[in-house]
Amino acid sequence: MVTAENALSIKEWNRSASELDAYKLRDDFPILKRWVHGKPLVYLDNAASSQKPQAVIDAIEKVYTDSYSNIHRGVHALSQECTSAYEEAREKVQNFLNAAHSKEIIFVRNATEAINLVVSSYGRTNLSRGDEIVISAMEHHANIVPWQILCQQTGAVLRVAPMTDEGELQLDEYKKLLNDKTRFVSIVHISNALGTINPIRDIIAAAHDRGVPVLIDGAQSAPHTSIDVQELDCDFFVFSGHKLYGPSGIGVLYGKTEFLDSMPPYQGGGDMISYVSFEKTLYNDLPYKFEAGTPHIAGAIGLGAAIDYLTSIGLDSIAAYEQELLEYATRALAEIPEVRIIGAAKEKAAVISFLIGDIHPHDVGTILDQQGVAIRTGHHCAQPIMDRFGIPATARASLAFYNTREEIDALIAGIKKVIEVFG
Amino acid sequence: MSELDELYQEIILDHNKNPRNFHKMEDANHMADGYNPLCGDKVTVYLHLDGDVVSDISFDGKGCAISTASASLMTETIKGKTLDEVKTMFESFHDLVTGRKDPMKCEVCVGKLKVLAGVRQFPMRVKCATLCWHTLKAAIESNEDEFVTTE
Ligand SMILES: Cc1ncc(COP(=O)(O)O)c(C=O)c1O
Repeated sequence: MVTAENALSIKEWNRSASELDAYKLRDDFPILKRWVHGKPLVYLDNAASSQKPQAVIDAIEKVYTDSYSNIHRGVHALSQECTSAYEEAREKVQNFLNAAHSKEIIFVRNATEAINLVVSSYGRTNLSRGDEIVISAMEHHANIVPWQILCQQTGAVLRVAPMTDEGELQLDEYKKLLNDKTRFVSIVHISNALGTINPIRDIIAAAHDRGVPVLIDGAQSAPHTSIDVQELDCDFFVFSGHKLYGPSGIGVLYGKTEFLDSMPPYQGGGDMISYVSFEKTLYNDLPYKFEAGTPHIAGAIGLGAAIDYLTSIGLDSIAAYEQELLEYATRALAEIPEVRIIGAAKEKAAVISFLIGDIHPHDVGTILDQQGVAIRTGHHCAQPIMDRFGIPATARASLAFYNTREEIDALIAGIKKVIEVFG
Repeated sequence: MSELDELYQEIILDHNKNPRNFHKMEDANHMADGYNPLCGDKVTVYLHLDGDVVSDISFDGKGCAISTASASLMTETIKGKTLDEVKTMFESFHDLVTGRKDPMKCEVCVGKLKVLAGVRQFPMRVKCATLCWHTLKAAIESNEDEFVTTE
């Protein structure tokens, strides 16, 4: 039984185990005070999108109440203020990823658009019939479908590095796929469906040994672990703002200057040019060459605020706390005989895909929702992973630093309710 | 009854566990696949039409309790019915699960399908209940002349 006393001791335990105080940080997120179906919201769908701290909400409000205007275009005060706030956000992203230059940071809509940009601009220019692209068996559809389209357009071939039953990439098989025809490697850092953390240092090094450029899909890693693109030496890195406690509609493509400079524009329009006549157009310099049209100005500034917020907590503390919570949840789930966890990589982030007996995940999701517990059910935009494990879908709890042990306990109680309903 | 109990009634849980007419039909003359891209569910509906009468119907595939029970109940309900009757039933059933019609007023036309009325409280699950019906419609419209069995 949870009494006020032992609830407190759990809190103390939590505090002592990691420097991060989830209970205090929760106060920064207004939405976490919400109730759903008469129960306190337990939000465990962070891999789909995460909630926003007040600092981000305030930053967006401030743009629109204080200094909103279009950027890069006006000589008036508002335009200057807004332009510098937007460019400051770019520098925040640069520091966050430890990129060498701020011009290597391109603002896009999301990770999906960032991948599409690279596929269209780099891919269509540099790949032709018979060339090979290597991805992994655990990619999100965002890192599969754009390459398939490119293959249809160019005659290039998509090769897929396999994974084990535990959901770990088979590094040796990946290395065997690299050959003289390999022109590009595009791999997910952390799998959104399995939680697997891929050994991207080795993946990048092996590709570079053959002079092959590498894109890392950091949609799930940037919010949960610190990233240093120079140390990783990846050529491209992509992530979405909305999974990083920032606004939706803003995302980032990082690319090394040498690549971005040589790539043609992705879209044409305003802001991406330096001179236009009907005979000839000169493209603007980086990063503007890739930012055609009016961008999501408040989104970029909100993302900057999210980065400030995360950095103030510290990505290392976040990662350590989430690991503890993952272990706690995994242990608790393992005690329920009907529960089967999909994905048992040794290096794993706080994403837990599971099945309960032969109960369909959709039914699990509905019953948990009635208990106030928000999880994701379905194929998580990674249908090939479901096929690999011979299942149609999973239920997935994905954790953030604002989640607590009590919330894991609520998940467990909800799962027991599911088992009760289905007898 | 709580919303949850209304959704997962005994009859539904029973049809989920032991779906009726759950098999491939060797001599089907109409067939269609239905997918729910949201959850990856798949259902195949097999029909044997004699003129405009559904002389036999079956289904197979993989889905949640709501979609499995709905398909099972659908096959039980429409066997022996004419295509016109099927059409009216689909319309009434659709009104029922989307909450456009009071379940008590639907009794005549949808019969035992009204156990699925609980779905109307769960907008995200309406598609689960209607997938088999949309697939049935596609099966009816599938061209008999072009139809080839996989055998
Ligand atoms: C690993 C991974 N890559 C890419 C994406 C696509 O992100 P977005 O929908 O924000 O473009 C996601 C989102 O679920 C993801 O988890």
